[in-house]
Amino acid sequence: MPLIASKNLMEPKNDKGRKVVIRIEDLRKSFGSNQVLNGFNMVLYKGENLVVMGKSGSGKSVMIKCLVGLMTPDSGYIEVMGREIGALDRQNLDELRSDIGFLFQGSALYDSMTVRENLEFPMRRHKEKLGVVQDTTPLVIEALENVGLGHTMDLMPSELSGGMKRRVALARTLILKPKIILYDEPTSGLDPITAKEIIELMRSIQKKYNTSSLIITHDVDCARVISERMILLVDGINYADGTFSELSSSSDPKVEAFFKK
Amino acid sequence: MAYIVKPVFITSKMVSRIKKFFIQIGELSYFAGRFFKETFTLPFEFKELLRQCYHMGNRSLVLVVMTNFIIGLVLTLQSRPTMIQFGAVSMMPNMVGISIVREIGPVITALICAGRIASGIGAELGSMRVTEQIDAMEVSGTNPFKYLVVTRILATTLMIPLLVIFGDLIALYGSALVENLKGQVSFQLYFNTVFDALSFGDLVPATIKSFFFGFVIGLVGCYKGYYCKKGTAGVGVAANTAVVTASLLLFVVDFIAVFVSDIFYEL
Repeated sequence: MPLIASKNLMEPKNDKGRKVVIRIEDLRKSFGSNQVLNGFNMVLYKGENLVVMGKSGSGKSVMIKCLVGLMTPDSGYIEVMGREIGALDRQNLDELRSDIGFLFQGSALYDSMTVRENLEFPMRRHKEKLGVVQDTTPLVIEALENVGLGHTMDLMPSELSGGMKRRVALARTLILKPKIILYDEPTSGLDPITAKEIIELMRSIQKKYNTSSLIITHDVDCARVISERMILLVDGINYADGTFSELSSSSDPKVEAFFKK
Repeated sequence: MAYIVKPVFITSKMVSRIKKFFIQIGELSYFAGRFFKETFTLPFEFKELLRQCYHMGNRSLVLVVMTNFIIGLVLTLQSRPTMIQFGAVSMMPNMVGISIVREIGPVITALICAGRIASGIGAELGSMRVTEQIDAMEVSGTNPFKYLVVTRILATTLMIPLLVIFGDLIALYGSALVENLKGQVSFQLYFNTVFDALSFGDLVPATIKSFFFGFVIGLVGCYKGYYCKKGTAGVGVAANTAVVTASLLLFVVDFIAVFVSDIFYEL
């Protein structure tokens, strides 16, 4: 049975004792009169793949942007790896961000830089984390080979296909060896085969680096393959919480609507 | 039948426009304040600053050379008959030299750069905003304001005066060419006469105001691009409004500069 409008969301069954890496409590955000998030709650455990599903415009991307400090919520509490986001100054926030990888919806590769420069860019401000790095080439090659694109180092983003861009963006996300990876619509705009490849890549990365992943999507196939647990975001709140099979077999009309073909 | 005029509607629309105008002024002032704050805090993005200086200076050079050369030619060709009529053709280099160095050179160069650079910055930052590249930069631990905005504003502030000086010389060369072909005046005589006519009082205010022109071009371009909204359509709007606003502000700055330098002349 899925937990509809779960009151016990902060401590889901069978997950007691696991370390919480992200905690969101009563998150609220509005744009003018449009209340996008209306008391959203969530926890992400270490090593977990959590999928947050919701309709377009339901506030998924807003929630994930609040999580990394790109947006300021109206109210609520956000804690990442034991540190409250709202209480951090710029320097500490940047330090924390080096442990969080963010894969943007449209890849967000820097147009004016080569693939290599795109990957080197995050390393500029986090040299202390990576140690003394005289030559960044081995790190760039390693990250690109992880996504199967070792040969694209000197290409410009405009020379890459949509799927390749997404892979390079993933490589850029991995270069700082993050502990948490946030995926904002990782398969949107991709054909089904490429989308499947990206999902496989996400799974292999999760296994290899033992990262915790928060995946924002409205792609049911993606959610089925990758999720250990799912949250349905409806009307600005975490409407339902459970595994894919629990939620997909729910008789609640709002939950059913997500899984209807 | 009498027409019913709705003064309340007109007034509220006007009030909202005026309000919007002042909000923009406030935002632009805040943006400028943030620029000064970020300019003097570590870390400095020297490499990116040099890259921007090269791009803005080098890529605008051909345009500045062409327009200033033509301006020099046209100004001399247009004023020559009148100067002959008054028997003052020997004053031609003085007149052209002073008008180019004091006013025409800086304003024309700045307007050309407003079209070329402000729109470029507006479109570039605007597209970076709508494709989340600025957010990606922020998440990667780089301050995008410092990396993108501070470097570009500093680059325009430093490069525009250099382009103005170079443009002035090219415009004078164009003028000298006309005088050489039509009045058999040698280049050496022409330039000697021009430099005799010019004083520091002509050069210094013009150079100082060029720095302000550069600052305005960079500031407006960055402001419009950095806060670009409404998807890809917003990128076009950002580029367009950057040129219009920068060009308008250039004339305002020019007026203030002339007004201030006039006070100093009187002293």
